[in-house]
Amino acid sequence: MTHRRWFTPWLLAGPAMVWLAVFNLWPAVNTVILSFTNAKPLDGGQFTGLENYGRILDDEQLADALLNSVVFMLVCLPLLTFLPLLLALLVQRKIPGLTFFRTAFYTPVIASAVVVALIWGWVLDDRGLVNGLLQRSGLADSPVSFLTDRWLLLLSAIALTVWKGLGYYMVIYLSALANVPRELHEAAAVDGAGPFRRFRHVTLPGVRPTMMLVSVLISVSALRVFSELYVLSNGQGGPGGRDMSVVMLIQMYSRGFTGHLGYASALSLMLFAITLGPMLLLMRLNRKAA
Amino acid sequence: MTTRRSPDTRRSQGSRTSRGSRGLNTPSPAGTALRYLLLVLVLLLVIGPFLWQLSTSLKGPGEDVYTRTPAFLPEDLTFSNYAKVADTIPVWTYALNSLTVAAVCIAGNVIGCTLAGYALARLRFRGARLVLGLFLATLVLPGEVTIVSQYVLVRSLGLADSLAGVALPGALAMLNVLLMRTAFAAVPVELDQSALVDGATVWQRLWHVGLPNVRGMLSVIAIFTFIGAWDDFLWPLIVLNDPQKYTLTVGLQYLNGTFSANPRLIAAGTMIAFLPIVVVFAACQRFFFKGVEEGAVKG
Repeated sequence: MTHRRWFTPWLLAGPAMVWLAVFNLWPAVNTVILSFTNAKPLDGGQFTGLENYGRILDDEQLADALLNSVVFMLVCLPLLTFLPLLLALLVQRKIPGLTFFRTAFYTPVIASAVVVALIWGWVLDDRGLVNGLLQRSGLADSPVSFLTDRWLLLLSAIALTVWKGLGYYMVIYLSALANVPRELHEAAAVDGAGPFRRFRHVTLPGVRPTMMLVSVLISVSALRVFSELYVLSNGQGGPGGRDMSVVMLIQMYSRGFTGHLGYASALSLMLFAITLGPMLLLMRLNRKAA
Repeated sequence: MTTRRSPDTRRSQGSRTSRGSRGLNTPSPAGTALRYLLLVLVLLLVIGPFLWQLSTSLKGPGEDVYTRTPAFLPEDLTFSNYAKVADTIPVWTYALNSLTVAAVCIAGNVIGCTLAGYALARLRFRGARLVLGLFLATLVLPGEVTIVSQYVLVRSLGLADSLAGVALPGALAMLNVLLMRTAFAAVPVELDQSALVDGATVWQRLWHVGLPNVRGMLSVIAIFTFIGAWDDFLWPLIVLNDPQKYTLTVGLQYLNGTFSANPRLIAAGTMIAFLPIVVVFAACQRFFFKGVEEGAVKG
């Protein structure tokens, strides 16, 4: 389109370009620079070469954090790939009350992670609702330590993540299901295929690309987990700090007098390296889907 | 929810067809009952914890919240916990802080991303492709990766421990620029051209031709910017030190860490943070689910 003055587009895009340069591109470059220094929260620090990267290799807390991420991913992937699809099939049909159900299922998605983690923390407390019910029904004699045991705390955070993610991925599947041509379903029905066979041979192939997309989304978000673990463990990262996530470590090293911004930056770059593969795949899948 | 579907759409989900396509769309009563049973089960799982928290926040000091026989309804219904939260932490100041940050982010995103999106979609200029590529490149960077150097930057701007420091980086999100560009690009070029023939300037074309056609995307961006800013935790946690300046999420964690003895107060605090979001979303959910049926929402 034509415009009279050459600088008009630059004027329009100006604010966004400033934000792009100042708050996105420069921090990305500076993360690399910082990762080779021993910068502290209150001083710039000196160049220390590869020291931070050497430290990554023998950081036991980081090894735990990475293991936690892997467990997170392994449990979340199957659950969050399939459950939201089933949920989407449930709310796909126009039935009375549908709007209410859809909105309700989406509520945990829009609630702050801090809010839902505090709610779950209270529900899973030693003297909370779940333990109360378990003991009343005789399933447990003493409280199950959901929030203080190394692995149970991680599983609690995973359960919370799955519960919070259901509605999010449900919506993605809903739009995918809307794109499965009805003619295919009708043709299959005419051929005498029952609902289960139709699901296997019509619905599943139709949403397969979306399942790929969802799997990648889940993998990336499993690597980026922070608030759920932080709040459930009251900022402590569980017994002996073994329930940290990579982002929790980044946060821990970027604060206070013990902070080490250089190391936090090296950790950030490591996180970037791990997420880059799934992220690029995500962009490719997105371009295909669009 | 009313989803406006164009009459010519082939996929009118679930409307009963008269041509007996063998029960494809005429569910049996048993099937319908099962569907509702499952829906209600999921509903209990999803909404139950929120209701339990609401109930806890309304229970009086005389009630045992720890009992082994959980009481779902408060016996001694009281709103005093909400007042007590405010005695313990300045919760209303925190709410106002969160609201301030959200307002700055909404204003910045709506204005800045609209202008940039229009320029990228509708104006030809040298370097446009490069600029677009740079915007796109930022998408592979998860926010957590640059959070440390963003903190260093905000501190060197003298904005550490301030609400401005919390609000500024997110006041213009790269993703929203790209979303607005997509929305403007979908506006028929003919409209623009006829306005050009009438001698309209860029600003007039943006205002009278572009904007009326991208209202949907703008409202979605506004809603999600609000939700994102209101719910954000990691960034304000890193930027803020002074407990007077906390946003709601950071304040709640602070309350949880300091006074974890009283679940009633924490419950009341979480409800103060949760209810505004629910109200906003319930009011706007029409916009949100509108595109879903047509398959317009891409993950």
